[in-house]
Amino acid sequence: MISNTSREDTGDRPIPPTSVPKRRRERINRRVIPGFGLTMGFTLTYLTLLVLIPLSAVFIRTSGMGWDDFWKAISSPQVVSAYKVTFGVSFYAALTNAFFGFIVAWVLTRYQFPGRKLVDALVDLPFALPTAVAGIALTALYAPNGWLGQFLYPLGLETAYSTTGIFIALTFIGLPFVVRTLQPVIEVFDREVEEAGASLGASRLRVFFTIIVPALIPAMLTGFALAFARAIGEYGSVIFISGNQPMKTEIVPLVIVKFLENYNYPQATAVACVMLIASFVLLLIVNILQRWTESIGQARS
Amino acid sequence: MSIRALNIHKTFGNYKALDDVSLEVPEGRLVSLLGPSGSGKTTVLRILAGLEFPDPKTGATIEFHGEDVTNLSAGKRGVGFVFQHYALFKHMTIERNIGFGLRAKPRRERPGDEAIAARVKELLELVQLDGLGKRYPSELSGGQRQRIALARALASQPKVLLLDEPFGALDAKVRKDLRRWLRLFQEEIKITTVFVTHDQEEALELADEVVVMNNARIAQVGAPQDVYDNPVSPFVIEFLGNVNRFTAGVSKPSKSQATEGKSVLYVRPHDVDIRLTDENPHDYAIRSKIQHIFSAGNYARISLDRIGYNEPFEAEISREKLRQLDLKVGMIVSVVFRHIRVFAKGQFKESNVREDGQLVEVAG
Ligand SMILES: Nc1ncnc2c1ncn2[C@@H]1O[C@H](COP(=O)(O)OP(=O)(O)OP(=O)(O)O)[C@@H](O)[C@H]1O
Ligand SMILES: [Mg+2]
Repeated sequence: MISNTSREDTGDRPIPPTSVPKRRRERINRRVIPGFGLTMGFTLTYLTLLVLIPLSAVFIRTSGMGWDDFWKAISSPQVVSAYKVTFGVSFYAALTNAFFGFIVAWVLTRYQFPGRKLVDALVDLPFALPTAVAGIALTALYAPNGWLGQFLYPLGLETAYSTTGIFIALTFIGLPFVVRTLQPVIEVFDREVEEAGASLGASRLRVFFTIIVPALIPAMLTGFALAFARAIGEYGSVIFISGNQPMKTEIVPLVIVKFLENYNYPQATAVACVMLIASFVLLLIVNILQRWTESIGQARS
Repeated sequence: MSIRALNIHKTFGNYKALDDVSLEVPEGRLVSLLGPSGSGKTTVLRILAGLEFPDPKTGATIEFHGEDVTNLSAGKRGVGFVFQHYALFKHMTIERNIGFGLRAKPRRERPGDEAIAARVKELLELVQLDGLGKRYPSELSGGQRQRIALARALASQPKVLLLDEPFGALDAKVRKDLRRWLRLFQEEIKITTVFVTHDQEEALELADEVVVMNNARIAQVGAPQDVYDNPVSPFVIEFLGNVNRFTAGVSKPSKSQATEGKSVLYVRPHDVDIRLTDENPHDYAIRSKIQHIFSAGNYARISLDRIGYNEPFEAEISREKLRQLDLKVGMIVSVVFRHIRVFAKGQFKESNVREDGQLVEVAG
């Protein structure tokens, strides 16, 4: 009987002051994953081994070079032209994906049609396909004598062995990033908000551009950033279709590989260093943009 | 603007959400749609707003002020719709939210920027939230958001206002305040209003007329007091207000009436009279034991159990009487049902039990 009452005391009755510390300890232990110290330590070690150490190796190797050599290495005409190709084409490819990926995501979430599951699965294909396979397939398709190429070349569209070819490859590999980021956001987008717009007299276009698009912009930026980042690092699918003409269709990863093949390690790491910083800065910018757009439409409800 | 909706059927897949619903709202009235969850209230409202359309080829018509709007789209009906979860535009400031409808008008009718700003200011004052125009919806409380949603719906001066459980997500206090406020507000601008709720208290307090819905149909229509006093079916009596329900043969009255067939006896808690056992007992007095007493405000709610039958029921008496009789949990008391309704063979029979222990049937 006595033990019974004392148990009740710590239960739903107001807790006497003496039992407060006990209660607090209990609450901390009630975390979903126990042991913050352990998991955090693991996270840091894991990230250090996988990401930080390899990346800092790049910096350490370059730091032995001296500023002049470094500058020469990263600003040779061949390299500069490769930067332009890589960043320029990646940007346009990601932009294209942001637009068409949005349409694909919209159709997949908003409409029910036969074969929807199949189309949905197809979107992931660029993820799963070895990039070299994608490269070969695209080249076969778009080469002057390929299935599509044979029709496109007479029209003056040089689809393979040109920046257009690179663009095609980068668009292909970037698509799933945009679609998969947008899908869940469109899925949870409140239909009532759209209906509110409609019942206030707004046309469909107006509802789309003033209500839906602004709400999806943060997700679109994320999708864009992911597709862009992926495109910058892409190697396998591009080298087949690009033709790799120096100063014209060489991408940075290929230039680095070429340096490595010639045992020109210093220049390879120097250029790698530039890529690293550039990608990081770009991702940071997009991240900030995204925060900013999100803060405008922040949902605390 | 009056609303008239006739023979509305609505099927989702093969689920019948509305089964021949007809509804009339006279100009300037506030009508409340009341019913349990899933009874089709929202569907009625959405059909009135043009967000949903009645099943084709079922002869449905919707008229606003005598004008057929059955096939008009939502934007062209000129109704203000307030959603249960506000549905504010999160990325727009409050001002932009309220001005949205005005900005969305076709160019010829669209007011200038200054006129829009003036109207927005006016509406913010109307809903008593002036000064919050520059904020975003996420920076407001639930009650404030709901008022903004209302202001937004009113911006283009709709002739009809439709509200779907506008206070459903708010706490009891805010709910009550907003309810009063809406009532005054509606009386002031005299806008024809249909208001959905599943809270009977809200409906009874607010509405000129209540429409009780059940299972995709309308169960009863009438003034709140009338529906409460003269329910037409067990569903309505059980749904509106608290009521004690006994199956037939339970209490003495059954000897005089309603023993035939399956009948149910209903007594409102405020029609339950409690006496001390030694007071003049008569035929209709029931010996019961007090299980629980809850008193708040002017009234005390008492849970009782009829001795020997294990039938719990509730009584509502004034606090003063509670003190007078000095009732305590566990006491045995004598209970008289002053007013009873027996539902049998599809209709109600009402009777009063007089002080002297005579049962008097009330003429229907
Ligand atoms: N778009 C829809 N598709 C399929 N079924 C629907 C749809 N909308 C409503 N229903 C169904 O129709 C019935 C009535 O729904 P409705 O939303 O009108 O109920 P309600 O009375 O507003 O209930 P609540 O009080 O819970 O809001 C429900 O059973 C619901 O599942
Ligand atoms: Mg509803």
